[in-house]
Amino acid sequence: MSSTDRGRRRFLTGLAAAGGALTLEGCERIGATLLGASVLDVGERLSETVHRWLAAGTMAQEFTEADLSPTFRANGTESPSDAAYQALAKAGFADWALEIRGLVEKPLKLTLAELRAMPARTQITRHDCVEGWSAIGKWTGVPLAHVLGLAQPKPEARYLVLHCADTMEGGDVPYYESIGMADGYHAQTILAYGLNGADLPIANGAPLRLRVERQLGYKHAKYLMAIEAVTSYAGFHGGRGGYWEDQSNYQWYAGI
Amino acid sequence: MTAAMSYLYYRHTLPVRLMHWINAIALVVLFMSGLQIFNAHPTLYWGKSSYTGRPPVLEITSDTKADGRLIGVTRVLGVEVETTGVLGVTPGADGELRARAFPSWITIPARYSLGLAREWHFFFAWVFVLNGIAYVLYSLFSRHLLRDLTPTAADLRGIGRSIKDHVRFKHPSGEAARRYNVLQKLAYLSVIFVLLPLVILAGWAMSPFLNSIFPGWVDWLGGRQSARTIHFIVAWLLFLFVAVHVFEVIVSGFWNHIRSMITGRYRITPDHPPGGTS
Repeated sequence: MSSTDRGRRRFLTGLAAAGGALTLEGCERIGATLLGASVLDVGERLSETVHRWLAAGTMAQEFTEADLSPTFRANGTESPSDAAYQALAKAGFADWALEIRGLVEKPLKLTLAELRAMPARTQITRHDCVEGWSAIGKWTGVPLAHVLGLAQPKPEARYLVLHCADTMEGGDVPYYESIGMADGYHAQTILAYGLNGADLPIANGAPLRLRVERQLGYKHAKYLMAIEAVTSYAGFHGGRGGYWEDQSNYQWYAGI
Repeated sequence: MTAAMSYLYYRHTLPVRLMHWINAIALVVLFMSGLQIFNAHPTLYWGKSSYTGRPPVLEITSDTKADGRLIGVTRVLGVEVETTGVLGVTPGADGELRARAFPSWITIPARYSLGLAREWHFFFAWVFVLNGIAYVLYSLFSRHLLRDLTPTAADLRGIGRSIKDHVRFKHPSGEAARRYNVLQKLAYLSVIFVLLPLVILAGWAMSPFLNSIFPGWVDWLGGRQSARTIHFIVAWLLFLFVAVHVFEVIVSGFWNHIRSMITGRYRITPDHPPGGTS
């Protein structure tokens, strides 16, 4: 065996090892290091910056009745097992109220009847799950901008944290999410109480869920109990701004 | 051998070499993390949504037989095939068979993690897109595109012979090996200007935020779910291209090609097949 042959063999062994590092545990190890994670994070931040710059105030595509999915797929919690929620549901949500709190001039408690009496918006939009599927539904609700107009967030408020009634299956923390103020005031961001012309079913988040179009499904918090205006979401639960962000490394920016 | 007659010439410029390897790494990571993302919902549809009333185009799933055996099932356009071990029910990092569309040895990360796979995918998507833009600009301004990649009239007339040569694994030798052959040029051009832009466009079409830039543009691709299907198909066409590319590199002088893509120097051996031992 000549020295070049040995060199080549070593090169091929090296190549195979590099390939192994790429496939098996290698990537997990790189991704698990602080440096690796923060480098990878650059992608998410770059995407959000460019997206916000390209499409600051644009509207999500709206569809026609013909495009409606025959049944709107429910995902995540489909029937909260929490006793407090079940009691509310049993009473037809008559005792339920949405709390608007935190950095607002006028904290509010809004009943379902009060929300229904407010100006409504109906939109047929596509719901895109992070896993890959899409479903098209007709949503009716109050524009969040209207509710914010009543509560008057203070200038230092940067995020809206959405607190939900459902404890995720197998976990011991309730679902929650957070959005930026710009998305809160977007014309298609609504607090939906109706789906496809009927009351919002429990499987889809009754009595009230968020629709924040232009974002993936996990941002559209169901079983809403409270909306809290904050300067930072770091103090809530795992600190990453949402249930799946805390549990499964989902990206806070859900526009991609 | 014919050391006196053979000579090295400068085949690939430094920018092309750099961008080639950056692209190679980015494509590998994108492909493997993409398969992990696919594993989260291993079903493809045609249309604006997944629930159009039409059956899926592709479904990779699992089934339990009467005897309790877990089998992998793949359905393509209504045709069902058992694919245990390869698709649907595949080995995990520990080698054990489980319900999982693509096997863990081909995904990034190996164990199921949609969040981390997306993290990898979107970081390398930026590497891939910025590198691709740099490459196209460089190729235009350095005349690499016009000089090396655009087929000449003579090239196109010789396309029949080139096909015959490829089928018999006969590769250009001597001075003719200095230039890309016509099938190679057409393959590179269709990858650079058709497949890669299409895979990027279909990727963008899956972003709900980018969808809103110009409402309705995603319908040009048949809707978001069609775009997801296109993204998947083009990814596999790119895999096919890379497989043929690596195969051709191996059979037409592996070390000569590897050297030229690392140092830039490619050995021309007049009247002898290029490559081989030196």
